[in-house]
Amino acid sequence: MAEAQFEPRIVAFLCRWCAGAGADLAGTSRLRYPPNAVAIRVNCSGRVEPQWVMEAFRSGADGVFIGGCHPGDCHYVSGNYKARRRVHLLKRMLSELGIEPERVRLEWVSATEGAKFARLMHEFVEELRALGPRTDPGEAAPSAALPAPSRRKG
Amino acid sequence: MSHEPPPANRNPGPEAGHRSGVTGRGPRIGVFVCHCGKNIAATVNVEQVVEAISHYPGVVYAARHEYMCSDPGQDLIKKAIGEHRLTGVVVAACSPSMHETTFRRAAEEAGLNPYLLEIANIREGCSWVHEGPETTDKAIRIARAMVEKVKGNHPLSPIEVGHAAKCLVIGGGISGIQAALDIADAGFEVLLVERTPSIGGRMAQLSETFPTLDCSQCILTPKMVEASRHPRIRLLTYSEVAEVTGYLGNYHVVIRKKPTYVDPDKCNLCGDCATACPIRVPSEFDRGLSERAAIYVPFPQAVPSSYTLDEASCLGLNPLRCSECAKVCTAGAIDYDMPEERIEEDVGAIVVATGYDLYEKERMAEYGYGTVPDVIDGLEFERILSAGGPTKGEVRRPSDGKVPKEVVFIQCSGSRDPELHKSYCSKICCMYTAKHALLYRHNVHDGKAYVFYIDIRAGGKDYEEFVVRAMEDERILYLRGKVAKVFRDGDKVVVWGVDTLTGKRVEVAADLVVLAQAMVPSAGTGELARKLRIACGGEGFLKEAHPKLRPLEALTAGIFLAGAAHGPKDIPEAVAQGSGAAAKAIAILSAPVLTHSPEVAEVNEDLCSGCAICVPQCPYGAITPGDVAHVNELLCEGCGTCVAACPSGAMTMRNHTDLQVERMIRAALAEAVEVAGG
Repeated sequence: MAEAQFEPRIVAFLCRWCAGAGADLAGTSRLRYPPNAVAIRVNCSGRVEPQWVMEAFRSGADGVFIGGCHPGDCHYVSGNYKARRRVHLLKRMLSELGIEPERVRLEWVSATEGAKFARLMHEFVEELRALGPRTDPGEAAPSAALPAPSRRKG
Repeated sequence: MSHEPPPANRNPGPEAGHRSGVTGRGPRIGVFVCHCGKNIAATVNVEQVVEAISHYPGVVYAARHEYMCSDPGQDLIKKAIGEHRLTGVVVAACSPSMHETTFRRAAEEAGLNPYLLEIANIREGCSWVHEGPETTDKAIRIARAMVEKVKGNHPLSPIEVGHAAKCLVIGGGISGIQAALDIADAGFEVLLVERTPSIGGRMAQLSETFPTLDCSQCILTPKMVEASRHPRIRLLTYSEVAEVTGYLGNYHVVIRKKPTYVDPDKCNLCGDCATACPIRVPSEFDRGLSERAAIYVPFPQAVPSSYTLDEASCLGLNPLRCSECAKVCTAGAIDYDMPEERIEEDVGAIVVATGYDLYEKERMAEYGYGTVPDVIDGLEFERILSAGGPTKGEVRRPSDGKVPKEVVFIQCSGSRDPELHKSYCSKICCMYTAKHALLYRHNVHDGKAYVFYIDIRAGGKDYEEFVVRAMEDERILYLRGKVAKVFRDGDKVVVWGVDTLTGKRVEVAADLVVLAQAMVPSAGTGELARKLRIACGGEGFLKEAHPKLRPLEALTAGIFLAGAAHGPKDIPEAVAQGSGAAAKAIAILSAPVLTHSPEVAEVNEDLCSGCAICVPQCPYGAITPGDVAHVNELLCEGCGTCVAACPSGAMTMRNHTDLQVERMIRAALAEAVEVAGG
């Protein structure tokens, strides 16, 4: 290859019951997908804090993937709905900060949808390649324009 | 809440500083990388992972093994925990769903708290789905992130709690009776609460049961008697659950037992009181097709076998107003001063079996709003068919007592009609309509029976054969199509419908129309669900914890569902679910001690402002608002939705704090992964 292809860095928050199990199924089915995303397992997509997404961008991520159970299937009844609302608001905030909202992707993946998980990984990587590396308007250092986390929990 | 959670919390609070392990010095993490034969090693350079991770801050030991889950592999971990005084372990191997328990047990055997061991998934999430040098790079990132998590983990112990060895069963229909009997037979005390004066439920109203046509009461009444005589079942009829507080294993329930004004020990069922009573009101049991006195027994086989004085219909419980019943009662059983009883009990588990009602035919505009006298619902027809019913088992229509010569049965009346009525299938109507038509033909040999149906759903053991028998042997005319209108014309009930198989309009001047009304949850189901803090689905039926894997459980731990309160069900299903719910309850009642995952939410009271934003986030009602929020860790399932919502950072999740996750994010993204060689 003459010029190295841009490889986006992705953090994937996967709920353990659906999206995480779907990712495991992609594994047992030996479905190939690009290795750009590192998964962090959470109990529920409702646990994912917008602050984590910001932390990922601050730490150099080009994209953040959040995988939860399909509507109505949440292991904890309604955590996925809460996640959907939070991501919706977060995307609006991201636009204002100059970060393309498409860099955050919330998807529903069931435990039987290994193929869907693999496909989404392909798609997301392609989309982020098209978007290019994340740059902050007017700043050289990727993290400078982003607000520092306002709170800490031990 | 009437009592506070007693468990001794042996887990550190959220204020506990970052635990640096048993030594009190810096973290000493061991990382164990598995080859999994070739499953990991074929695409991940295991040696490089070990090399890279061994230099990662906090890691004091890293090793690899062909099969880490094998005994020698586990021994390697156990030995290292002791030799290197490890304060945390990361096993980089398959998905945690495979061997997390295995490795945590091994850690515990070596003296390390099992919650200080985590699995880095480098097989399903890495080696099996990628190829090329990036695979090794990713495996290292995954392992590093997990090292960061383990550094922040605290040693935890499962939360232990004692419990009451008693069960509350709400609803005395067949499902509740079965649950009560199974639990009592297993050696536990049962409170069986029934709202009406007798147990038996809907099944007691039925004539014969499909597909065997055995008499419903004949198979039910022995169970009713068994329940009433069981030494470990306390029967509370004419009673309602007033309050429920507490949590799994320790529910405190208050039951209100209405006065029957008749001493059941003295009443000998002679019936003189009912004869003397000047009042007549429609009989609920016969669905208004007969009358009862204000003092009555719902049906002859009622359990408990005692009369009940219905206060609402009585002239006044006052010797000055009437007292005809008391005058004739030679047993002296009638007591106008009987007080309402308030019963308080502690129970470990609750089975909810509150059953169903039929969707009111008064809602069916197309079928005459329930105003046409000879348009009746399925349960009314059951009473007409019953030997003990208002017509002594002879099929006679309500308006004039005539034997109907042409009967139209309309299936899916109110069911599968999302525009006007209920969208769901009531499941049992295809079968009971076939039974109705068949029993009608047995009763009235020259009668004609028509069945309008959308399709026939006869999925059950011997069910299809039964419907085929009705169609072929009993010469019942099945017409595929919906009925557009039902109206009265003289003494006939005219039915307009369409046979969609021939495309022709059908008009039947019938003598009787029987509507297979949709099943709906029994009245008061929603109110009870709120008291129990369990959920109802969109149609009001009780909602199970998981539609496939936890069909017997409510979302609130320790509460189980049985019978048609959970959704339309036939008798065998209701009985099976009653037994299933009983088995689930027995598992709680028989446990020496209940344990609960300690990985739950907790509140840093110094940071909590008491804003209560977390309270509605919790689907389990585990958070009590106050000056500071309080999490009942026995109710908390650990989803963390409240943690993400807390605006002041006061709510945290044990061993899954924001700080841990943020460090994991940084470890997963950081550069400086040197993959030497290739």
